[in-house]
Amino acid sequence: MTETTTATPGPTEVWITGIGLATSLGEGLDANWDALNQGRINVDEKTFAPYIVHPFARVSLDAQIPKKGDQRQMEAWQRIGTYAAGLALDSAGVKGNKDILGRMDMVIAAGGGERDLAVDSAILSAQAKGNSAPGFLNERLMSDLRPTLFLAQLSNLLAGNIAIVHGVCGTSRTFMGEEVAGVDAARIALARIAAGQSDIALIGGSHNGERKDLLVLYEFGDFNLKDKFTPVWSRQGHAGFALGSAGAFLVIESKEHALARGAKPFARLSNVVADLSARNKPGDVTATLERLWAKLGPLASGGAIISGATGAEPVTSEERAFLQKHGDFAMRATGTRFGHTMETQFPLGLGLAALSIARGALFPADDPSGAEIAMTTPPSQIVVVGVGHAQGEGMALVEAIK
Amino acid sequence: MAPPRDKFGRPIVVVTGMGIVTSLGAGKADNWTRLTAGESGIRTITRFPIDSLKTTMAGTVDFVSVEPFTSIGLTERLAELATDEALEQSGIGRKGDFPGPLFLAVAPVEVEWPQRMELGRTVGKLDIDYDDLLRISGGGKFSAYHHRFMFGSVAAHLAESFGTKGSPISLQTACASGATAIQLGVEAIRRGETDAALCVAADGTVNPEAVVRFSLLSALSTQNNPPQAASKPFSKNRDGFVMAEGAGTLVLESYEAAVARGATILGVVAGCGELTDSFHRTRSSPDGKPIIGCVLKTLADAGMTPENIDHINAHGTATPENDKMEYLGISAVFGERAKQVPVSSNKSMVGHTISAAGAVEAIFSLLTLEHQRIPPTINYEIPDPAILFDVVGNKARDARVTAVMSNSFGFGGQNASLILTREPA
Repeated sequence: MTETTTATPGPTEVWITGIGLATSLGEGLDANWDALNQGRINVDEKTFAPYIVHPFARVSLDAQIPKKGDQRQMEAWQRIGTYAAGLALDSAGVKGNKDILGRMDMVIAAGGGERDLAVDSAILSAQAKGNSAPGFLNERLMSDLRPTLFLAQLSNLLAGNIAIVHGVCGTSRTFMGEEVAGVDAARIALARIAAGQSDIALIGGSHNGERKDLLVLYEFGDFNLKDKFTPVWSRQGHAGFALGSAGAFLVIESKEHALARGAKPFARLSNVVADLSARNKPGDVTATLERLWAKLGPLASGGAIISGATGAEPVTSEERAFLQKHGDFAMRATGTRFGHTMETQFPLGLGLAALSIARGALFPADDPSGAEIAMTTPPSQIVVVGVGHAQGEGMALVEAIK
Repeated sequence: MAPPRDKFGRPIVVVTGMGIVTSLGAGKADNWTRLTAGESGIRTITRFPIDSLKTTMAGTVDFVSVEPFTSIGLTERLAELATDEALEQSGIGRKGDFPGPLFLAVAPVEVEWPQRMELGRTVGKLDIDYDDLLRISGGGKFSAYHHRFMFGSVAAHLAESFGTKGSPISLQTACASGATAIQLGVEAIRRGETDAALCVAADGTVNPEAVVRFSLLSALSTQNNPPQAASKPFSKNRDGFVMAEGAGTLVLESYEAAVARGATILGVVAGCGELTDSFHRTRSSPDGKPIIGCVLKTLADAGMTPENIDHINAHGTATPENDKMEYLGISAVFGERAKQVPVSSNKSMVGHTISAAGAVEAIFSLLTLEHQRIPPTINYEIPDPAILFDVVGNKARDARVTAVMSNSFGFGGQNASLILTREPA
């Protein structure tokens, strides 16, 4: 054995060959693309007033989750994700291909913990009425919790459901940690394929934004957008994010694997980078983003950026300061159009970047503040930016395959 | 001197630091002494009332406290303790400056009942719903809850305290999480991205709702008296697992980097493998194929055959299903040798540390290699006649051990295995 032998002679090129989107704008690539081009946004200011959400567009679940029993075993976030994952597998042309699915690696970004609001409310009300006997909580939980709810709360059971429903069962890893979990899922899957540790992977996430338990969690930090919807870049005086519901998945694979099975790529996933800014002082996030930008690889002027900016402050202003230094890149904010889908925002950005490249146009600007400028040439490089509302920063470079 | 790469040309990944906390105690020395003495860390729960619960015991870590108490706060503290010990042993980097990434296995995070009840009290009404909670949650009074109950909060805290590099990863693969954290570290080093990785797995989530949830799935033992006898892996009268808390940290390094800085090498992560079971959310495929596939992938990754494995640190949860399926899977791969390789389950003593188990048991496996002594499976009084493993029952056994397979098989079809050796092959 010689010391110069390596298992990975060189980085393998990785292609995006499947995209699955099920969002507040609709299901599938055409519905989302059309809505983006029409400037249509689906906002609900009433149901959770004063909080604003981007509600999930109804789908026929049976189309991707044929067994009712499977649907019943999931809560909304898992159904959305399992549905969108199925769309991605269809898009890649691997649905039902047992050989490929049986060795497909899965890296998923997930939250979890969808609660039974009625059970929680009843327990809190009973407590308010003076029921404080030892074991009272145990008794109520033992009698009121649905046994299967636990499985709908576990973060790794989105992946579990995708394995059961679609047969994706090479490996399965679930990353948590809000927005940057979506970045890291893509980063690790890409690194593994590029190094020859994997051939093909399903990456993505899903989020149900129509949850009062989540609104409570973000209300602790005053992060929810209230009263009136405004685009992400117009919220400095009225900061916050509007939670969105969406599932976004991608199939990525080595160029060799894609060519061997005759798969047509949308785009190349060239790089994914991430970091954890200390966020101790103003400018920390802007500086971190500049460092990540420098690591992406050669960038030609006149490209595009798809930002997952939340609208939360001060971090959105920090990201904007970074974006303004790269004003020659046409920027689009997914938060304006889809709301904030947390772990899913970055995979959503990746999907839209690959779709824009494949369709030869960036979707049009839609921002009264002027932060988004028109782009008339087909994009060949799109940088996807993801900045967590509380922590974590990441970027990806998606490129046209020449 | 052994070559710095394995037989597949990849950097060899070694362990240079280990830290552990379980219900048996803090630190490797205490844990190893008690584990090999066959002591149990399982006791009747005192942290909260046990009225109306079917299962009233657990392997709680009661000697560590956090204020105000939250399960996620305890998880964070256990992770810190284990990591302090591992870094001290390894001597890598400088204090607060670890030269590599963090991979953290951690339980899913949720707002917990004491905090939810505090919200309820703040509402000040008799009939409370989530709209009421929403009305009083903002304005900064509960801003600490936002930070505490973010999924990424523990990883961010550890990354800051220990100075790990890049974006820390919080991961969850159920009972396999600890093994997955190690696997992510191994892969990063093999890719040449880093010379070192900090792999941490922690779980401090014995709380009322967690106990109820597992109880409602009929996964827990209800043999509450005496609690020390509840966890009975491979016994005919086993009836479920016992929830437990703990943490394990491993400092992984490339062999080359470890040798270059003169580090003591504690063992080698020779192979890792995983394979998803798509049969059911909580049950294994009856044909055992996913477990078989996982074990075969792990052997292949290590470039080994069953003949090379001389001890199995079993997943061994003591649920009727798991132990049966683990035997089925191992015997399909190992053949007659499945009856000859000594098998033991640490969970008989420390309980099931769930998200931490894969790392905790990897550390016990490495200590087994170091001491050439296999910890017992206690409470092994009535062997299951259908499980023909050579179970190391009740008393530790001295043995020549060169390679240990450590298994983790979890909910959601998560199967992962590791092979640990003393020396580079």
